[in-house]
Amino acid sequence: MGRIVLNRDKCKACYLCIDACPNKVLEPDENVNKLGYYPTRVSLNKEDKCVGCAICARVCPDMAIEKVYR
Amino acid sequence: MKKEKELLKGNYAIAQAAVEAGCQSYFGYPITPQSEIGEYLSTKMPELGRAFVAAESEVAAINMLLGAGSTGVKAMTSSSSCAVALMQEGLSFIAGDEIPCVLVSVMRAGPGLGYIYASQGDYFQATKGGGNGDYKIVTFAPASVQECIDLTYKCFYVSQKYRTPVCLLADGMLGQMMEPAVVGKYPYEEIDQSSWALTGADNREPRHIASIEREEETLRKRVVKIFEKYNQILKNENLFEKYETEGAKIVITAFGSIARIAKAAVKMARKNGLKVGLFRPILLNPFPEKIVQEIAQKVDGILDIELNCGQMLQDIKASIAGVVAIPIKFYGRPAGVMMTVEEIYEQIENVYKEIIEKKYGTACI
Amino acid sequence: MEQLVYKKPDSIRDDFKITFCPGCDHGIAVRLVAEVLDELSVREKTIGIASVGCSVFSYDFFNVDIVEAAHGRSLAVATGVKRSKPDKVVFTYQGDGDLASIGLGETIHAMTRGEKVTTICINNTTYGMTGGQAGPTTLIGQVTTTTTKGRDPQLSGYPLKVCEILKEVDGTAFVARVTLDSPAAILNAKKCIKKAFEAQIKGLGTGFIEILATCPTNWKMTPQQAHERVRGEMSEVFKPGIYKDRVSEAI
Repeated sequence: MGRIVLNRDKCKACYLCIDACPNKVLEPDENVNKLGYYPTRVSLNKEDKCVGCAICARVCPDMAIEKVYR
Repeated sequence: MKKEKELLKGNYAIAQAAVEAGCQSYFGYPITPQSEIGEYLSTKMPELGRAFVAAESEVAAINMLLGAGSTGVKAMTSSSSCAVALMQEGLSFIAGDEIPCVLVSVMRAGPGLGYIYASQGDYFQATKGGGNGDYKIVTFAPASVQECIDLTYKCFYVSQKYRTPVCLLADGMLGQMMEPAVVGKYPYEEIDQSSWALTGADNREPRHIASIEREEETLRKRVVKIFEKYNQILKNENLFEKYETEGAKIVITAFGSIARIAKAAVKMARKNGLKVGLFRPILLNPFPEKIVQEIAQKVDGILDIELNCGQMLQDIKASIAGVVAIPIKFYGRPAGVMMTVEEIYEQIENVYKEIIEKKYGTACI
Repeated sequence: MEQLVYKKPDSIRDDFKITFCPGCDHGIAVRLVAEVLDELSVREKTIGIASVGCSVFSYDFFNVDIVEAAHGRSLAVATGVKRSKPDKVVFTYQGDGDLASIGLGETIHAMTRGEKVTTICINNTTYGMTGGQAGPTTLIGQVTTTTTKGRDPQLSGYPLKVCEILKEVDGTAFVARVTLDSPAAILNAKKCIKKAFEAQIKGLGTGFIEILATCPTNWKMTPQQAHERVRGEMSEVFKPGIYKDRVSEAI
C-alpha cells in the first residue's frame, strides 16, 4: 500500500505518469487546475492499488508529485 | 622598506601591479602589443597559487573573467583592439550582471588588423563600446609607466567598490616603452564582496547573477541603478591633470601617451610667451563634462590632439555644446610615426595665431 | 507505519517554478541533477552556470548559486568560476545549440584543458526557445521552421555527434549519452549524471552527459510520441551509451 502527494496546480497534463504507473492508478482530472490543465489525479476507487513505487514521481517533468509514501 | 624605482616596461608594470593588487585570476590570449602581460602572469600566478588560464580566444577570456568575477575575486584580462572587439558581448553581460573585473586594453592601430603602432583609435571602443544595451565601461587612461601601475590599482579598486567592469586604456607606446617606475603597495582598502558573490548557498539563500530580467519595471530600475553608479564614480573617482590652464587662452586637450608630448609642447609654448595650457582627462568614461565646461568658459579656444581621427573630440564638443561657443580645433593622426613635440608646437602656434590674433590682434601675446 | 520513499530534492527550491512546456524532458533532467547534488552532499558548495535557451531560468528551480552565461559561453564562465574557486562544485546546464553550435569552441577547449566541471547538454535536435529552428543536432530529413522541407545535408550539413567528439578529447573523464524515455532510462541517466559529477569531484577531468530529450511543442508531438521518437530515429543517429569512463577505472 502506497500514497502519493500530488500538487495538482503544478501538473501540466503531459500524463507521462499515467502511462508509467504499473498499476494504472492515475487518470486525468475532470476539472482544470490554476494553470488551465486537466491535471493527473489518483482514480477515486483505486487509491488502495498504489504500491508507492514512485515511478510516477520519477517520470514527472514538473515535480508535481511532491511526496511518495510506502 | 621603501621600494626603489626600477627601469620597467609598461606591460610588465601592469602585470606586476595586478599581482600586487591581489588579482586572483587572469585569463588572456596573446596579441601584440600587450603579450608580455600574459607571459609574465603565466609564471607568476601559479607560483602564488593563483589562476592563470591561456584562453582559446578573447571571447572565452572575457567570459572566464565573468565567471571569476562572479565569485568576488579580483580578476583581470588584457588584450588589444581587434581582440577587445571580440570581448564586447561579454563586457555588456558583465556590466549588466554588475560583476567587478578589470580589462587592460593596450591599443594598436586599426581598423581591422591595422598594425602594432601606438594609436588611440579605440577611445570609442572603450568608452562607447560595441556591446548591446545601456551601460558604460569605466575607463582610465595612463600616460606613463608609473601611471600604468597606479591606475591598475585604481581599476581594481573602482571595479570592486562599485561592482563594475573597469578598463585601463593604454597604447602600444606605453605597453612597450621602459622608464623608471616603482611598483608600490596596493594603496586602497579591500572591499568586502561577501554580500553578493557566488560561493555556494551554505547557510544562506541561493544567489543568482543574471542580466536577463522578465519584469520590465525591474529591468528599468536595474539599468537606472547602474547609471547612478557611473554618477558616483565620476563624483568620487575622477582623475585628471591640468597644466598651466590658469590664465590660458588656448587649452590643449589630450589623453594617454600623446598628452605627454603635448605637455612638452605646452611648456615650449609657455616659454615662448603663448598662453597655453593642457587638460588631460585620466578618467575617460564617465567623461568629466563639467570640468571641460569650466575650462572652456575661461579660454578662447581648444586644440584637441589625439592619435586617431577625432574620437575624444566628440566628447569635448558634446561637453561644451550650448554652454560656450568657442572654436575647437583638432590635430590627429590615426597611425604612423609618433608626433614630435615640435610638430605639436607648430600646431599650437598656428591655432594660437588663428584664434587669438583674430580675436585680439597680435598685441594679445 | 508508512515511510517516505520520494520527495522533492533539497537542491530544488521550495518555491520552484518549472518554466518548461508540458511533457518536456528538461524538467526530469533538472530533477536528476538536483537529486545527484543531494546524494553527493555538495549542494552548499555548488555553483551552476545557466546558459541561453530554455535553461536560462535555471535559478527559478535550482536551489544553488547560479550565474548566467552568454549564449555558448557556459564552459568559459565555468572555467573562470572553477579556477577562482577550485573547492566548489561547478556545473553547466546547456542545450545542444548552446553547447554544440555557438559554443563548440568553448566546449572542446574547456574539456581539452580538463576543467574539473560537469556539463549537462540537453539534445532535443532543435532551438526550442526561439520556436523550433534547425540546430547542430537536427536530424537529416527533420522538418523545422528553417528546414521546412526537412534537413538536407547538401544545404545545411549533418547532425553533430558530440559524445563521439568529446570522448576523443583527452581532458574528459566521463562521457555518456542517455535518454529519459522510460523509468529505467531515467534511472540509468541519474547514475551517469552522478558519475559525471564524481569525475570533477575526484579531480579526474570534465564530466559530460548528453541527454536525448524531447521537445513536444516544437516537434508537434504528444509527450508520448516524442519519447517514441527518442527511442526510434534519434537513438539510431545518436547512439546512447557510455563513451568514456575514467571514473570507474579510477576506483
